[in-house]
Amino acid sequence: MKLPSPPLPKALRRSPPRPGQNDRNGKNGRNGATVTKPKPKEQAVEGVASVVGWLDERTGASPFLRGFLYRKVPKGTNWYYTLGSATLFAFLSQAVTGVFLAMYYEPDPTRAYESASRITNEVFLGEFVRGMHRWGSTVMIILIFLHMGRTFFFGAYKYPRELNWVIGVVLIVLTLLMGLTGYLLPFDQRSFWATVVAVNLNSSGPIVGPYLADFLRVGSEFGPTTIPRFYALHMLLVPGLIVALIGAHLYLVAKLGTTAPPWLKAEKKDLLKEEI
Amino acid sequence: MADSPKQFDKKSRYTEGRGIPGAFEGETITRRRLMEGTALAAGGIATMAFALPGLGFALGPLFEDTLPTRWQDVGPEGDFNDETYTPRVMNIDPEIGDAGKTTIYVRKFNDGKDKVIEGQDPQPYVVISTRCAHLGCPVRYIQASQKFVCPCHGGVYGFQGDVEGGPPVRPLDRFYTRVTSGRVEVGDRFSLNSELERFSPRDPSNHLDGLWQYIYPSRPTT
Repeated sequence: MKLPSPPLPKALRRSPPRPGQNDRNGKNGRNGATVTKPKPKEQAVEGVASVVGWLDERTGASPFLRGFLYRKVPKGTNWYYTLGSATLFAFLSQAVTGVFLAMYYEPDPTRAYESASRITNEVFLGEFVRGMHRWGSTVMIILIFLHMGRTFFFGAYKYPRELNWVIGVVLIVLTLLMGLTGYLLPFDQRSFWATVVAVNLNSSGPIVGPYLADFLRVGSEFGPTTIPRFYALHMLLVPGLIVALIGAHLYLVAKLGTTAPPWLKAEKKDLLKEEI
Repeated sequence: MADSPKQFDKKSRYTEGRGIPGAFEGETITRRRLMEGTALAAGGIATMAFALPGLGFALGPLFEDTLPTRWQDVGPEGDFNDETYTPRVMNIDPEIGDAGKTTIYVRKFNDGKDKVIEGQDPQPYVVISTRCAHLGCPVRYIQASQKFVCPCHGGVYGFQGDVEGGPPVRPLDRFYTRVTSGRVEVGDRFSLNSELERFSPRDPSNHLDGLWQYIYPSRPTT
């Protein structure tokens, strides 16, 4: 027999059990069944799901991500279509190793060579990380050109994707600029003379060329601020532009979709069926 | 409407027929458009306030000569003759250690061989810069053939630094010289066209003959 509850103020009264929670008799499940406590694994899954749900409810990210990651791709999509992602990952690898290299590198003409050789010879895993950055730069250039070749030979630059081709070309130029500005930073004989020649190549452009060379050198000769300028271009200005343009590039890829390979013709039977 | 004073019936010529929402008759500009303009102007001014000084900061060195003239002693007059070059090391920028040093070739002015340009005082010593006029690699003087040779792309220069072959676009640069109490001093660099006429210092790869000298102008940094 159940006693009437005492006239306590509402705040002190015991709240009735929520559905799925055991009441005092240990029964509140469906049809009065005993509710079993969820297992730790279920609880963990539930916890993650609730955090994701919390974020999703506040950002509305899931429709966007579903559209972006689970978008439909044409028939015949093959491994060549991964060259763009490969380039992206090459860039990410450059960004990450570059950030860590910047923790040891000193952009000063009298210290640059010494600090670069210290990274290689003394810092733990320094040779490996510097090597990844150094070889990764070449890998990125190669991947970019393979990606560009894929786009060209598959005709994926045509309407309405011309703008993405243009953005891609600007990205190539910026990546080459990364190569140019990064080459000086070890400041050994090879990088010094290569950069002398590269800056003089810039200088050979009519009218603006000499001024461009002055901008890169910070004056008419290589001076104490040349390395800091190349360093700032290499790790702040150009990567910032690259990140922004990669964003635009990916947005257009997701918005416009990818093209089928040129050897696939539209299947007329299927088309007819759908149209009927 | 008929009772209202005549001036209120007039459609404003600024807002009439434009379909601007919120436009009242007689207004010269709608509130919305005014607020849009104000917001855009404020944003533009705020952006310019940091962008212009930043740009000036980055581009400033294009408009000033930061390397003052420094006369450097390269040895007593007796060290040099007018038949062959003597290599010396000079410092273009003392602040950057070895990277600021360069080799120069020094000889006395040769009355028989050297060309005197009208209106230009000949330098008492001929000091040749080793910076190749093609892309700036260091050239080397070969005594046996009396030529300067560039290792990068095969530029060849004669005894006076004039182009004899390869890609260089003008003769090797030289330096101003003077003699102070028996010692040879080297000053600023200058460039030459193919007639060995003197020009303000240019970068390698910049032509200096005919119309080219206007396409590769003299810059404030030199």
